[in-house]
Amino acid sequence: MSIPHNLVQFARLLRRAGLPIGPAEVVTGARALTAIDLSERMQARAALRAVMVHRHEQQDVFDQAFDLFWRDPAAQLQAAAMALLDSRAPQDTKPAPGARRVAEAMAGQRPRPPPEPRPPEIDATMTMSEQELLQGMDFEQMSADQIARARAEIRRLRLPLDQQRTRRHRPNPTGPRIDLRATLRTSLRRGGEILALSRTAPVTRPPPLVVLCDISGSMARYAQVLLHFLHSVANDRDRVHVFLFGTRLSNITRQLRHRDPDTAFELIAHAVPDWSGGTRIGETLREFNRCWARRVLGQGAVVLLVTDGLDRDGAAGLGENMARLHRSCRRLIWLNPLLRWDGFQPKSAGIRAILPHVDEFRTIHSLDSLRDLVALLSRPAPPRAKKEFLS
Amino acid sequence: MAEPGATVPTPKSVADTAALLAAGGYIADIELATTVHLALALHRPLLLEGEPGTGKTEIAKVLAHGLGRRLVRLQCYDGMDLANAAYEWDHAKQLMAIRLAEAGGGNRNELAASIFSRPYLQSRPLLSAIDPDLPPAVLLIDELDRADEPFEAFLLELLADFQITIPELGTIRAAIPPVVILTSNRTREVHDAIRRRCLYQWVDYPTAARERAILASRAPDVPERLSAQIVAFVQKLRQSDLFKQPGVAETIDWAAALQHLDQQDLTAGAIDQTLGALLKYQDDIARIRGAEAARLLTEVQAAA
Repeated sequence: MSIPHNLVQFARLLRRAGLPIGPAEVVTGARALTAIDLSERMQARAALRAVMVHRHEQQDVFDQAFDLFWRDPAAQLQAAAMALLDSRAPQDTKPAPGARRVAEAMAGQRPRPPPEPRPPEIDATMTMSEQELLQGMDFEQMSADQIARARAEIRRLRLPLDQQRTRRHRPNPTGPRIDLRATLRTSLRRGGEILALSRTAPVTRPPPLVVLCDISGSMARYAQVLLHFLHSVANDRDRVHVFLFGTRLSNITRQLRHRDPDTAFELIAHAVPDWSGGTRIGETLREFNRCWARRVLGQGAVVLLVTDGLDRDGAAGLGENMARLHRSCRRLIWLNPLLRWDGFQPKSAGIRAILPHVDEFRTIHSLDSLRDLVALLSRPAPPRAKKEFLS
Repeated sequence: MAEPGATVPTPKSVADTAALLAAGGYIADIELATTVHLALALHRPLLLEGEPGTGKTEIAKVLAHGLGRRLVRLQCYDGMDLANAAYEWDHAKQLMAIRLAEAGGGNRNELAASIFSRPYLQSRPLLSAIDPDLPPAVLLIDELDRADEPFEAFLLELLADFQITIPELGTIRAAIPPVVILTSNRTREVHDAIRRRCLYQWVDYPTAARERAILASRAPDVPERLSAQIVAFVQKLRQSDLFKQPGVAETIDWAAALQHLDQQDLTAGAIDQTLGALLKYQDDIARIRGAEAARLLTEVQAAA
């Protein structure tokens, strides 16, 4: 079989494995193969990879697909490879996302069916689960709850972060800077007479927002509600990064970007294995600091840390990792639902470790507290205390 | 090695490309050499991503030297605009021309045409790299992740067609397409539109064998025995739990530091003294200095 034919098949394989391969990549791939020594397997692999992989995360998938496909490009093996990759794709045995809302919409005016009997729920809101419950989360249950009304309100909240001045300028008749290029162009229409100066002003934009949200057993209930808020925030503005953590850290930014909340939550439930398990705050923050902090905390990011501070590991490594997180962002806000009690005292080791390293802390347990948060974030950040330089 | 100005033809094969890089003191693995070769053969920009200190910027320098092209370097920063990156009109000169025209009573339309022409245009790196009147270039767009998103949009036309359109003047296109190298440390994700126009290569930390070769090429005065120990130690260090792992640049610095202190062998004391050349965060230094460094050193000596 010819090389172009194989290349097209290979591109199809990659596409099924989730890589965004368009016709442009196939054409460039074919050109790339003419520029190298085809008898050298390593060269062919590196050449196709340079063309078809666009980010580091895709590299492993590509390598696997390459090994599967080009081991022996006989037709049967190719078919087997295809079948293998197909079987790894998520299977659609569940109703498609959005089906529930369609069903609800169809139900329309008819009387509501009686609620299905559900297994008794254990209220784990205030307990720390010791076991890592690696289970997929059921969003259906959540919608049956009376949270639904609150959720609808949350989706209407907007998050106007305080604007940050950038170094980029835009035409503005009352701006402080004179735009000589525009001024001269205008003046030429009048024979070189400068009658009015064109001006520019700096552009402002909201800073990046990074959310680290605890989804352990004791926090799961709040996290579910908050996810709706985060979904509307992530779709409302750019530069929002959302991470969930329990016993491990998951970046759900891409999944949240789905306009349809059902699709988004379906994807998140697939991607996050440790819903309602234990918490290892210190460990997951360390992972965040090491793998993500440099990539998402640039340009003056604001960090929202949503956790109750109850740590299964007894706050091991929490203090130092909080300190590092605090140093690498512009503003760190801790949202803790436990604060709703007036007599709250920071007794747990985790809470005591976090407290010295946050700029502000707030409760987040009701719609009112969420509105307070929105108001807080839209005010300019207060200057940071200089304590870290003194100690 | 090519003299500046005398352009060397592009290498014919991957092996030639690897040889060209090696002649400039850059030891590339087969994957990197293949990608660089493709960038030269297909005239495509090359996006290099990787941790700091893995030699991304160095590739552009070595290529420019090896191909006998001039190196045009654009260091990116937040808020960089066309006036800093591509071109700027010489406003003082334009104003002067207007004054002179007024005094001489010149023609309006002629004036308009003349003050937005090449003599009034100041080139910045991007325009200079594709200027057809200048010798061919290697264009290094360094640390693209430091620039903001609007700047990436400026780059799209340049990367796709090696041309820049100036509204007042027209389109300026490269006579010989420049070799374009973009680097990123991933402090921000580079947009998909840029990625699609480029060949992509992730530059990883080198293997022990390649790192020894790099050290032999970059720090030839360091005794072979010491340099083997240095590489073994650094490789061990990269497996430990550090906030910032040392790159190849740090290895080379460290070797120079140890050699400067006249070390023949790696010792625990020398490591503690010079750890600042290798690790750049206080947390990491505090973690490694002393017992941990001694333990790694024993492992290195046992393996040798």
